[in-house]
Amino acid sequence: MAVRQGVVPTRKARPSAAAPPAPASKPGYLKHVVLEMGAYTSFIGRFFRSVFAPPYEFRQIVRHIDDFGAMSLPLISVVNFIMGLILALQSRPTLEKFGASAFIPAMVTTSIVRELGPVITALLVAGRVASGIGAELGSMKVTEQIEAMECMGVDPYKYLVTTRVIALLFLMPVLTLYAEFVGIFGSFVAEFISTGGTIQYYYSQVIDALYFQDVLPSLGKTVLFGFAIAIVGSYKGFNTESGTEGVGRATTSAVVLSSLWIILIDMILVKITVTYFSNP
Amino acid sequence: MIEIRDLYKAFSAELRPLRGVTLDVQDGTNLVVLGKSGTGKSVLLKSIVGLLEPDQGSIQVDGVEVSGANANTLQMIRRKVGYVFQSGALFDSLTVGENLAFALEKGKGMRGAEVRDKVMDYLEKVGLPEKVNKMPSELSGGQRKRIGVARTIITEPAYLLYDEPTTGLDPQTTKEISELIVQLKDDLNITGIAVTHDPYCLHIIADRIAYLEEGKVVFEGTPEEGKHSDFEFLKIFFTLENDPGK
Repeated sequence: MAVRQGVVPTRKARPSAAAPPAPASKPGYLKHVVLEMGAYTSFIGRFFRSVFAPPYEFRQIVRHIDDFGAMSLPLISVVNFIMGLILALQSRPTLEKFGASAFIPAMVTTSIVRELGPVITALLVAGRVASGIGAELGSMKVTEQIEAMECMGVDPYKYLVTTRVIALLFLMPVLTLYAEFVGIFGSFVAEFISTGGTIQYYYSQVIDALYFQDVLPSLGKTVLFGFAIAIVGSYKGFNTESGTEGVGRATTSAVVLSSLWIILIDMILVKITVTYFSNP
Repeated sequence: MIEIRDLYKAFSAELRPLRGVTLDVQDGTNLVVLGKSGTGKSVLLKSIVGLLEPDQGSIQVDGVEVSGANANTLQMIRRKVGYVFQSGALFDSLTVGENLAFALEKGKGMRGAEVRDKVMDYLEKVGLPEKVNKMPSELSGGQRKRIGVARTIITEPAYLLYDEPTTGLDPQTTKEISELIVQLKDDLNITGIAVTHDPYCLHIIADRIAYLEEGKVVFEGTPEEGKHSDFEFLKIFFTLENDPGK
Protein backbone atom coordinates (compact mmCIF):
# COMPACT_ATOMS: atom_id res chain seq x y z
CA MET A 1 0.00 0.00 0.00
CA ALA A 2 1.30 3.43 -0.88
CA VAL A 3 2.52 5.77 1.80
CA ARG A 4 0.07 8.51 2.53
CA GLN A 5 2.45 11.00 3.94
CA GLY A 6 0.88 14.10 5.34
CA VAL A 7 -2.47 13.07 3.96
CA VAL A 8 -5.48 12.19 6.02
CA PRO A 9 -7.17 9.11 4.55
CA THR A 10 -10.31 10.19 2.80
CA ARG A 11 -11.82 6.87 1.73
CA LYS A 12 -15.53 6.80 2.56
CA ALA A 13 -15.07 10.11 4.37
CA ARG A 14 -18.23 11.97 5.15
CA PRO A 15 -18.59 15.58 4.12
CA SER A 16 -16.17 17.54 6.25
CA ALA A 17 -17.81 19.74 8.85
CA ALA A 18 -16.47 22.69 10.76
CA ALA A 19 -14.81 21.92 14.10
CA PRO A 20 -17.25 22.07 17.02
CA PRO A 21 -16.80 24.90 19.52
CA ALA A 22 -14.56 23.98 22.44
CA PRO A 23 -16.17 23.93 25.90
CA ALA A 24 -15.63 26.93 28.16
CA SER A 25 -12.45 26.67 30.20
CA LYS A 26 -13.46 26.79 33.86
CA PRO A 27 -16.89 27.64 35.30
CA GLY A 28 -17.22 30.42 37.87
CA TYR A 29 -18.00 29.57 41.50
CA LEU A 30 -21.77 30.00 41.23
CA LYS A 31 -21.91 28.01 38.02
CA HIS A 32 -19.76 25.35 39.66
CA VAL A 33 -22.19 25.07 42.59
CA VAL A 34 -25.18 24.79 40.27
CA LEU A 35 -23.40 22.18 38.13
CA GLU A 36 -22.44 20.22 41.25
CA MET A 37 -26.03 20.24 42.51
CA GLY A 38 -27.20 19.06 39.11
CA ALA A 39 -24.60 16.29 39.15
CA TYR A 40 -25.74 15.19 42.65
CA THR A 41 -29.38 15.13 41.56
CA SER A 42 -28.52 13.12 38.48
CA PHE A 43 -26.40 10.74 40.61
CA ILE A 44 -29.30 10.19 43.03
CA GLY A 45 -31.70 9.79 40.09
CA ARG A 46 -29.54 6.97 38.72
CA PHE A 47 -30.02 5.12 42.02
CA PHE A 48 -33.81 5.15 41.70
CA ARG A 49 -33.58 4.10 38.05
CA SER A 50 -31.20 1.24 38.76
CA VAL A 51 -32.54 -0.10 42.06
CA PHE A 52 -35.50 -2.00 40.60
CA ALA A 53 -33.81 -3.05 37.36
CA PRO A 54 -32.12 -6.45 37.06
CA PRO A 55 -29.54 -7.83 37.64
CA TYR A 56 -30.03 -7.76 41.41
CA GLU A 57 -26.61 -8.07 42.99
CA PHE A 58 -27.73 -9.80 46.23
CA ARG A 59 -24.29 -11.25 46.96
CA GLN A 60 -22.70 -7.84 46.72
CA ILE A 61 -25.35 -6.32 49.00
CA VAL A 62 -24.80 -9.01 51.63
CA ARG A 63 -21.01 -8.56 51.31
CA HIS A 64 -21.34 -4.82 51.88
CA ILE A 65 -23.67 -5.29 54.87
CA ASP A 66 -21.07 -7.63 56.33
CA ASP A 67 -18.18 -5.23 55.60
CA PHE A 68 -19.88 -2.07 56.80
CA GLY A 69 -21.22 -3.78 59.93
CA ALA A 70 -17.86 -5.24 60.84
CA MET A 71 -16.19 -1.90 60.10
CA SER A 72 -18.52 0.11 62.37
CA LEU A 73 -19.55 -2.24 65.18
CA PRO A 74 -16.54 -1.93 67.54
CA LEU A 75 -16.52 1.87 67.34
CA ILE A 76 -20.29 2.11 67.76
CA SER A 77 -20.18 -0.22 70.78
CA VAL A 78 -17.48 1.72 72.61
CA VAL A 79 -18.75 5.21 71.84
CA ASN A 80 -22.42 4.49 72.65
CA PHE A 81 -21.58 2.64 75.84
CA ILE A 82 -19.47 5.57 77.07
CA MET A 83 -22.09 8.08 75.88
CA GLY A 84 -24.85 6.34 77.90
CA LEU A 85 -22.59 6.11 80.91
CA ILE A 86 -21.59 9.81 80.77
CA LEU A 87 -25.17 10.92 80.17
CA ALA A 88 -26.33 9.15 83.34
CA LEU A 89 -23.36 10.31 85.41
CA GLN A 90 -23.73 13.94 84.28
CA SER A 91 -27.50 14.03 84.79
CA ARG A 92 -27.53 12.60 88.33
CA PRO A 93 -26.18 15.64 90.27
CA THR A 94 -28.60 18.05 88.59
CA LEU A 95 -31.64 15.80 88.88
CA GLU A 96 -30.78 15.00 92.50
CA LYS A 97 -31.02 18.71 93.33
CA PHE A 98 -34.66 18.60 92.28
CA GLY A 99 -35.29 15.20 93.86
CA ALA A 100 -35.87 13.74 90.41
CA SER A 101 -33.06 11.18 90.20
CA ALA A 102 -35.67 8.44 89.72
CA PHE A 103 -36.28 9.88 86.27
CA ILE A 104 -32.72 9.19 85.11
CA PRO A 105 -33.57 5.93 83.25
CA ALA A 106 -36.50 7.59 81.47
CA MET A 107 -34.53 10.71 80.60
CA VAL A 108 -31.48 8.86 79.35
CA THR A 109 -33.58 6.38 77.37
CA THR A 110 -35.63 9.09 75.68
CA SER A 111 -32.50 11.09 74.81
CA ILE A 112 -30.71 8.09 73.40
CA VAL A 113 -33.62 6.61 71.47
CA ARG A 114 -34.95 9.85 70.04
CA GLU A 115 -31.81 11.71 69.19
CA LEU A 116 -28.39 10.70 70.42
CA GLY A 117 -28.45 7.06 69.30
CA PRO A 118 -29.43 7.69 65.66
CA VAL A 119 -27.31 10.82 65.19
CA ILE A 120 -24.14 9.62 66.90
CA THR A 121 -24.36 6.25 65.16
CA ALA A 122 -24.83 7.95 61.81
CA LEU A 123 -21.87 10.27 62.42
CA LEU A 124 -19.70 7.32 63.39
CA VAL A 125 -20.81 5.36 60.33
CA ALA A 126 -20.11 8.44 58.19
CA GLY A 127 -16.59 8.54 59.59
CA ARG A 128 -15.93 4.87 59.02
CA VAL A 129 -18.06 3.92 56.00
CA ALA A 130 -18.32 7.11 53.91
CA SER A 131 -14.54 7.47 54.06
CA GLY A 132 -14.16 3.78 53.15
CA ILE A 133 -16.54 4.07 50.19
CA GLY A 134 -14.92 7.32 49.02
CA ALA A 135 -11.42 5.86 49.24
CA GLU A 136 -12.30 2.52 47.63
CA LEU A 137 -14.27 3.92 44.71
CA GLY A 138 -11.80 6.80 44.37
CA SER A 139 -8.85 4.48 44.02
CA MET A 140 -10.86 2.31 41.61
CA LYS A 141 -11.52 5.44 39.55
CA VAL A 142 -7.92 6.62 39.37
CA THR A 143 -6.61 3.13 38.57
CA GLU A 144 -9.17 2.80 35.74
CA GLN A 145 -10.96 -0.15 37.40
CA ILE A 146 -14.34 1.55 36.98
CA GLU A 147 -13.68 2.07 33.26
CA ALA A 148 -12.52 -1.55 32.99
CA MET A 149 -15.84 -2.64 34.48
CA GLU A 150 -17.70 -0.47 31.98
CA CYS A 151 -15.70 -2.01 29.13
CA MET A 152 -16.88 -5.46 30.24
CA GLY A 153 -20.48 -4.36 29.76
CA VAL A 154 -21.13 -4.13 33.51
CA ASP A 155 -22.90 -1.03 34.82
CA PRO A 156 -20.41 0.21 37.44
CA TYR A 157 -23.04 2.44 39.07
CA LYS A 158 -25.34 -0.51 39.68
CA TYR A 159 -22.56 -2.83 40.83
CA LEU A 160 -20.64 -0.38 43.00
CA VAL A 161 -23.08 2.33 44.11
CA THR A 162 -26.58 0.84 44.18
CA THR A 163 -25.43 -2.18 46.17
CA ARG A 164 -23.68 0.01 48.76
CA VAL A 165 -26.68 2.30 49.16
CA ILE A 166 -29.07 -0.65 49.61
CA ALA A 167 -26.69 -2.23 52.12
CA LEU A 168 -26.62 0.90 54.27
CA LEU A 169 -30.40 1.38 54.00
CA PHE A 170 -30.82 -2.04 55.64
CA LEU A 171 -27.90 -1.76 58.01
CA MET A 172 -28.46 1.66 59.58
CA PRO A 173 -31.66 0.84 61.53
CA VAL A 174 -30.08 -2.37 62.83
CA LEU A 175 -26.88 -0.61 63.89
CA THR A 176 -28.89 2.16 65.53
CA LEU A 177 -31.04 -0.29 67.52
CA TYR A 178 -27.87 -2.01 68.68
CA ALA A 179 -26.25 1.35 69.53
CA GLU A 180 -29.29 2.42 71.56
CA PHE A 181 -29.25 -0.86 73.48
CA VAL A 182 -25.54 -0.45 74.26
CA GLY A 183 -26.05 3.21 75.26
CA ILE A 184 -28.88 2.35 77.65
CA PHE A 185 -26.79 -0.47 79.08
CA GLY A 186 -23.98 2.08 79.66
CA SER A 187 -26.36 4.31 81.55
CA PHE A 188 -27.43 1.32 83.69
CA VAL A 189 -23.77 0.66 84.54
CA ALA A 190 -23.43 4.30 85.68
CA GLU A 191 -26.56 3.99 87.82
CA PHE A 192 -25.38 0.67 89.23
CA ILE A 193 -22.09 2.29 90.26
CA SER A 194 -23.90 5.28 91.82
CA THR A 195 -26.86 3.57 93.53
CA GLY A 196 -26.38 -0.20 93.19
CA GLY A 197 -29.85 -0.51 91.59
CA THR A 198 -30.86 -3.78 89.95
CA ILE A 199 -31.07 -4.36 86.20
CA GLN A 200 -34.71 -5.52 86.53
CA TYR A 201 -35.74 -2.18 88.06
CA TYR A 202 -33.78 -0.24 85.45
CA TYR A 203 -35.28 -2.33 82.65
CA SER A 204 -38.83 -1.67 83.85
CA GLN A 205 -38.12 2.08 84.04
CA VAL A 206 -36.72 2.06 80.50
CA ILE A 207 -39.72 0.16 79.08
CA ASP A 208 -42.16 2.52 80.85
CA ALA A 209 -40.39 5.51 79.30
CA LEU A 210 -40.43 4.19 75.73
CA TYR A 211 -43.25 4.91 73.32
CA PHE A 212 -43.89 3.72 69.83
CA GLN A 213 -43.69 7.40 68.73
CA ASP A 214 -40.11 7.51 70.00
CA VAL A 215 -38.78 4.43 68.29
CA LEU A 216 -40.32 4.44 64.83
CA PRO A 217 -39.46 7.98 63.63
CA SER A 218 -35.94 7.69 65.00
CA LEU A 219 -35.37 4.42 63.12
CA GLY A 220 -37.01 5.92 60.04
CA LYS A 221 -34.56 8.77 59.92
CA THR A 222 -31.60 6.39 60.14
CA VAL A 223 -32.65 5.07 56.72
CA LEU A 224 -32.24 8.60 55.34
CA PHE A 225 -28.92 8.96 57.13
CA GLY A 226 -27.73 5.71 55.53
CA PHE A 227 -28.85 6.93 52.12
CA ALA A 228 -26.95 10.22 52.55
CA ILE A 229 -23.77 8.49 53.76
CA ALA A 230 -23.67 5.99 50.90
CA ILE A 231 -24.63 8.47 48.18
CA VAL A 232 -22.14 11.14 49.27
CA GLY A 233 -19.31 8.60 49.71
CA SER A 234 -20.05 7.02 46.33
CA TYR A 235 -20.42 10.36 44.54
CA LYS A 236 -17.11 11.60 45.86
CA GLY A 237 -15.39 8.32 44.97
CA PHE A 238 -16.95 8.14 41.51
CA ASN A 239 -15.87 11.70 40.70
CA THR A 240 -12.31 11.47 41.99
CA GLU A 241 -9.71 13.21 39.86
CA SER A 242 -6.00 13.98 40.07
CA GLY A 243 -4.64 10.60 41.13
CA THR A 244 -3.87 9.58 44.68
CA GLU A 245 -4.06 13.17 45.90
CA GLY A 246 -7.63 13.24 44.60
CA VAL A 247 -8.43 10.03 46.52
CA GLY A 248 -7.40 11.76 49.75
CA ARG A 249 -9.56 14.75 48.95
CA ALA A 250 -12.52 12.53 48.03
CA THR A 251 -12.21 10.62 51.30
CA THR A 252 -12.09 13.75 53.44
CA SER A 253 -14.93 15.53 51.68
CA ALA A 254 -17.05 12.33 51.79
CA VAL A 255 -16.85 12.37 55.60
CA VAL A 256 -17.36 16.13 55.97
CA LEU A 257 -20.28 16.34 53.54
CA SER A 258 -22.09 13.24 54.76
CA SER A 259 -21.77 14.46 58.37
CA LEU A 260 -23.20 17.81 57.31
CA TRP A 261 -26.08 16.07 55.54
CA ILE A 262 -26.82 13.99 58.63
CA ILE A 263 -27.14 17.13 60.78
CA LEU A 264 -29.29 18.89 58.17
CA ILE A 265 -31.61 15.90 57.70
CA ASP A 266 -31.88 15.52 61.48
CA MET A 267 -32.75 19.19 61.91
CA ILE A 268 -35.62 18.91 59.43
CA LEU A 269 -36.86 15.56 60.78
CA VAL A 270 -36.80 16.72 64.42
CA LYS A 271 -39.31 19.43 63.56
CA ILE A 272 -41.51 16.93 61.71
CA THR A 273 -41.21 14.36 64.52
CA VAL A 274 -42.06 16.87 67.25
CA THR A 275 -45.06 18.08 65.25
CA TYR A 276 -46.54 14.72 64.27
CA PHE A 277 -45.12 12.12 66.68
CA SER A 278 -45.04 13.86 70.08
CA ASN A 279 -45.63 11.73 73.19
CA PRO A 280 -48.94 11.68 75.02
CA MET B 1 -13.20 -3.13 10.47
CA ILE B 2 -13.04 0.06 12.52
CA GLU B 3 -13.69 3.28 10.61
CA ILE B 4 -13.07 6.65 12.21
CA ARG B 5 -14.13 9.81 10.41
CA ASP B 6 -13.53 13.50 11.27
CA LEU B 7 -13.36 12.85 15.01
CA TYR B 8 -13.22 15.84 17.34
CA LYS B 9 -12.91 15.87 21.11
CA ALA B 10 -12.19 18.87 23.34
CA PHE B 11 -12.15 19.09 27.13
CA SER B 12 -11.62 22.85 27.28
CA ALA B 13 -10.60 25.70 24.98
CA GLU B 14 -6.95 24.85 25.65
CA LEU B 15 -7.24 21.05 25.73
CA ARG B 16 -8.43 19.83 22.31
CA PRO B 17 -6.73 16.46 21.75
CA LEU B 18 -8.68 15.30 18.69
CA ARG B 19 -9.14 17.77 15.85
CA GLY B 20 -10.44 15.78 12.92
CA VAL B 21 -9.02 12.27 13.16
CA THR B 22 -9.76 9.99 10.23
CA LEU B 23 -8.46 6.44 10.29
CA ASP B 24 -9.30 2.92 9.10
CA VAL B 25 -8.25 -0.22 10.95
CA GLN B 26 -8.28 -3.30 8.75
CA ASP B 27 -9.25 -6.66 10.24
CA GLY B 28 -6.38 -9.02 11.07
CA THR B 29 -3.77 -6.29 11.55
CA ASN B 30 -2.01 -4.67 14.48
CA LEU B 31 -2.08 -0.90 14.11
CA VAL B 32 0.18 1.16 16.34
CA VAL B 33 -0.84 4.76 17.03
CA LEU B 34 2.15 7.02 17.59
CA GLY B 35 2.38 10.64 18.64
CA LYS B 36 3.82 12.99 21.21
CA SER B 37 2.37 13.03 24.71
CA GLY B 38 -0.97 14.83 24.89
CA THR B 39 -1.84 14.36 21.22
CA GLY B 40 -4.96 12.38 22.07
CA LYS B 41 -3.89 8.77 21.49
CA SER B 42 -5.57 7.43 24.64
CA VAL B 43 -8.58 9.71 24.02
CA LEU B 44 -8.89 8.09 20.60
CA LEU B 45 -8.86 4.57 22.12
CA LYS B 46 -11.40 5.51 24.80
CA SER B 47 -13.66 7.03 22.14
CA ILE B 48 -13.58 3.80 20.12
CA VAL B 49 -14.92 1.78 23.05
CA GLY B 50 -17.43 4.46 24.06
CA LEU B 51 -15.77 5.50 27.31
CA LEU B 52 -15.56 9.05 25.93
CA GLU B 53 -18.20 10.67 23.78
CA PRO B 54 -16.66 12.60 20.87
CA ASP B 55 -17.89 16.13 20.20
CA GLN B 56 -18.22 15.45 16.50
CA GLY B 57 -17.45 12.76 13.95
CA SER B 58 -18.11 9.10 13.47
CA ILE B 59 -16.66 5.83 14.76
CA GLN B 60 -18.00 2.62 13.28
CA VAL B 61 -17.13 -0.87 14.49
CA ASP B 62 -18.17 -3.41 11.87
CA GLY B 63 -20.64 -0.85 10.56
CA VAL B 64 -22.18 -0.03 13.97
CA GLU B 65 -21.93 3.60 15.07
CA VAL B 66 -20.29 4.09 18.47
CA SER B 67 -20.68 7.83 19.00
CA GLY B 68 -24.13 8.60 20.35
CA ALA B 69 -24.93 4.88 20.78
CA ASN B 70 -27.46 3.87 23.44
CA ALA B 71 -26.59 1.53 26.33
CA ASN B 72 -27.60 -1.65 24.49
CA THR B 73 -25.59 -0.80 21.38
CA LEU B 74 -22.60 0.15 23.52
CA GLN B 75 -22.84 -3.18 25.33
CA MET B 76 -22.88 -4.98 21.99
CA ILE B 77 -19.84 -3.01 20.79
CA ARG B 78 -17.96 -3.69 24.03
CA ARG B 79 -18.45 -7.42 23.53
CA LYS B 80 -16.53 -7.00 20.26
CA VAL B 81 -13.92 -4.49 21.42
CA GLY B 82 -11.75 -5.27 24.44
CA TYR B 83 -9.61 -2.68 26.19
CA VAL B 84 -6.30 -3.47 27.86
CA PHE B 85 -5.53 -0.69 30.32
CA GLN B 86 -2.08 0.71 30.93
CA SER B 87 -2.02 -0.46 34.54
CA GLY B 88 -3.95 -3.67 33.90
CA ALA B 89 -6.86 -2.19 35.92
CA LEU B 90 -7.34 -5.45 37.81
CA PHE B 91 -9.95 -5.34 40.58
CA ASP B 92 -7.96 -5.06 43.82
CA SER B 93 -10.51 -6.86 45.97
CA LEU B 94 -10.68 -9.97 43.75
CA THR B 95 -8.14 -12.71 43.15
CA VAL B 96 -6.68 -13.23 39.67
CA GLY B 97 -9.14 -16.08 39.04
CA GLU B 98 -12.07 -14.00 40.26
CA ASN B 99 -10.99 -11.11 38.03
CA LEU B 100 -11.21 -13.35 34.98
CA ALA B 101 -14.40 -15.01 36.19
CA PHE B 102 -15.98 -11.58 36.74
CA ALA B 103 -15.59 -10.78 33.04
CA LEU B 104 -17.39 -14.01 32.12
CA GLU B 105 -20.09 -14.00 34.81
CA LYS B 106 -21.05 -10.35 34.59
CA GLY B 107 -20.20 -9.73 30.96
CA LYS B 108 -21.48 -12.97 29.43
CA GLY B 109 -23.71 -14.46 32.12
CA MET B 110 -21.70 -17.70 32.33
CA ARG B 111 -21.65 -19.78 35.54
CA GLY B 112 -19.97 -22.70 37.35
CA ALA B 113 -17.51 -25.23 35.93
CA GLU B 114 -17.59 -23.64 32.49
CA VAL B 115 -16.22 -20.43 34.01
CA ARG B 116 -13.53 -22.25 36.03
CA ASP B 117 -12.31 -24.18 32.97
CA LYS B 118 -12.18 -21.10 30.80
CA VAL B 119 -10.34 -19.09 33.48
CA MET B 120 -7.61 -21.75 33.68
CA ASP B 121 -7.50 -22.04 29.91
CA TYR B 122 -6.86 -18.30 29.45
CA LEU B 123 -4.40 -18.10 32.34
CA GLU B 124 -2.42 -20.80 30.54
CA LYS B 125 -2.62 -18.78 27.32
CA VAL B 126 -0.81 -15.88 29.06
CA GLY B 127 1.51 -18.28 30.87
CA LEU B 128 0.34 -17.62 34.42
CA PRO B 129 -1.93 -20.51 35.52
CA GLU B 130 -0.20 -20.74 38.91
CA LYS B 131 -1.36 -17.20 39.82
CA VAL B 132 -5.07 -18.07 39.88
CA ASN B 133 -5.46 -17.58 43.64
CA LYS B 134 -3.10 -14.61 43.98
CA MET B 135 -4.30 -11.08 44.68
CA PRO B 136 -3.33 -8.40 42.11
CA SER B 137 -1.12 -6.73 44.74
CA GLU B 138 1.04 -9.89 44.78
CA LEU B 139 1.85 -9.65 41.05
CA SER B 140 4.64 -7.84 39.24
CA GLY B 141 3.89 -5.11 36.67
CA GLY B 142 4.34 -7.48 33.75
CA GLN B 143 2.18 -10.16 35.34
CA ARG B 144 -0.57 -7.61 35.97
CA LYS B 145 -0.52 -6.63 32.31
CA ARG B 146 -0.65 -10.28 31.22
CA ILE B 147 -3.59 -10.92 33.54
CA GLY B 148 -5.19 -7.73 32.22
CA VAL B 149 -4.84 -9.12 28.70
CA ALA B 150 -6.24 -12.51 29.79
CA ARG B 151 -9.23 -10.82 31.45
CA THR B 152 -9.92 -8.90 28.26
CA ILE B 153 -9.51 -11.75 25.75
CA ILE B 154 -11.47 -14.25 27.85
CA THR B 155 -14.66 -12.72 26.49
CA GLU B 156 -13.33 -13.38 22.97
CA PRO B 157 -13.41 -9.90 21.46
CA ALA B 158 -12.68 -9.33 17.78
CA TYR B 159 -10.68 -6.16 18.47
CA LEU B 160 -8.26 -5.30 21.27
CA LEU B 161 -7.21 -1.80 22.21
CA TYR B 162 -3.90 -1.65 24.07
CA ASP B 163 -3.12 1.51 26.02
CA GLU B 164 0.65 1.64 26.41
CA PRO B 165 0.99 -2.12 26.92
CA THR B 166 4.70 -2.14 27.74
CA THR B 167 5.24 1.14 29.59
CA GLY B 168 7.35 0.73 32.71
CA LEU B 169 8.36 -2.86 31.98
CA ASP B 170 11.85 -4.32 31.72
CA PRO B 171 13.09 -5.30 28.21
CA GLN B 172 12.46 -9.02 28.71
CA THR B 173 8.86 -8.48 29.86
CA THR B 174 8.36 -5.93 27.07
CA LYS B 175 9.39 -8.61 24.59
CA GLU B 176 7.03 -11.17 26.18
CA ILE B 177 4.04 -8.81 26.18
CA SER B 178 4.75 -7.68 22.61
CA GLU B 179 5.01 -11.27 21.41
CA LEU B 180 1.77 -12.06 23.21
CA ILE B 181 0.04 -9.29 21.22
CA VAL B 182 1.36 -10.77 17.97
CA GLN B 183 0.33 -14.26 19.10
CA LEU B 184 -3.21 -13.04 19.82
CA LYS B 185 -3.47 -11.70 16.29
CA ASP B 186 -2.01 -14.82 14.70
CA ASP B 187 -3.75 -17.48 16.81
CA LEU B 188 -7.06 -15.84 17.70
CA ASN B 189 -7.29 -13.42 14.76
CA ILE B 190 -7.71 -10.46 17.13
CA THR B 191 -7.25 -7.11 15.43
CA GLY B 192 -5.21 -4.78 17.62
CA ILE B 193 -4.84 -1.04 18.03
CA ALA B 194 -1.98 -0.14 20.34
CA VAL B 195 -0.85 3.20 21.68
CA THR B 196 2.80 3.07 22.62
CA HIS B 197 5.94 5.13 23.16
CA ASP B 198 8.06 2.00 23.13
CA PRO B 199 10.11 1.59 19.90
CA TYR B 200 10.82 -2.04 20.66
CA CYS B 201 7.16 -2.89 21.14
CA LEU B 202 6.41 -1.08 17.88
CA HIS B 203 9.10 -3.09 16.11
CA ILE B 204 7.54 -6.40 17.19
CA ILE B 205 3.81 -5.78 16.92
CA ALA B 206 3.17 -3.18 14.21
CA ASP B 207 1.73 -4.22 10.87
CA ARG B 208 0.78 -0.60 10.26
CA ILE B 209 1.38 2.68 12.04
CA ALA B 210 -0.63 5.88 12.33
CA TYR B 211 1.06 9.09 13.45
CA LEU B 212 -0.99 11.74 15.25
CA GLU B 213 0.11 15.35 15.18
CA GLU B 214 -1.96 18.30 16.42
CA GLY B 215 -5.03 16.13 16.79
CA LYS B 216 -4.96 14.64 13.29
CA VAL B 217 -3.56 11.54 11.63
CA VAL B 218 -0.83 12.96 9.41
CA PHE B 219 0.74 9.66 8.41
CA GLU B 220 -0.60 6.15 7.99
CA GLY B 221 1.31 3.26 6.49
CA THR B 222 3.66 0.34 7.18
CA PRO B 223 6.53 0.67 9.66
CA GLU B 224 8.96 0.54 6.74
CA GLU B 225 7.18 3.44 5.08
CA GLY B 226 7.21 5.33 8.36
CA LYS B 227 10.92 4.77 8.71
CA HIS B 228 11.55 6.57 5.44
CA SER B 229 8.97 9.31 5.91
CA ASP B 230 9.73 13.00 6.35
CA PHE B 231 8.33 13.20 9.88
CA GLU B 232 11.06 13.96 12.38
CA PHE B 233 9.19 12.21 15.22
CA LEU B 234 8.98 8.97 13.25
CA LYS B 235 12.62 9.20 12.24
CA ILE B 236 13.66 9.57 15.90
CA PHE B 237 11.34 6.73 16.85
CA PHE B 238 12.83 4.35 14.34
CA THR B 239 16.35 5.44 15.23
CA LEU B 240 15.65 4.37 18.82
CA GLU B 241 14.32 1.01 17.71
CA ASN B 242 16.46 -1.75 19.14
CA ASP B 243 16.16 -5.32 20.29
CA PRO B 244 16.75 -5.68 24.03
CA GLY B 245 15.76 -9.32 23.85
CA LYS B 246 18.96 -10.21 22.02
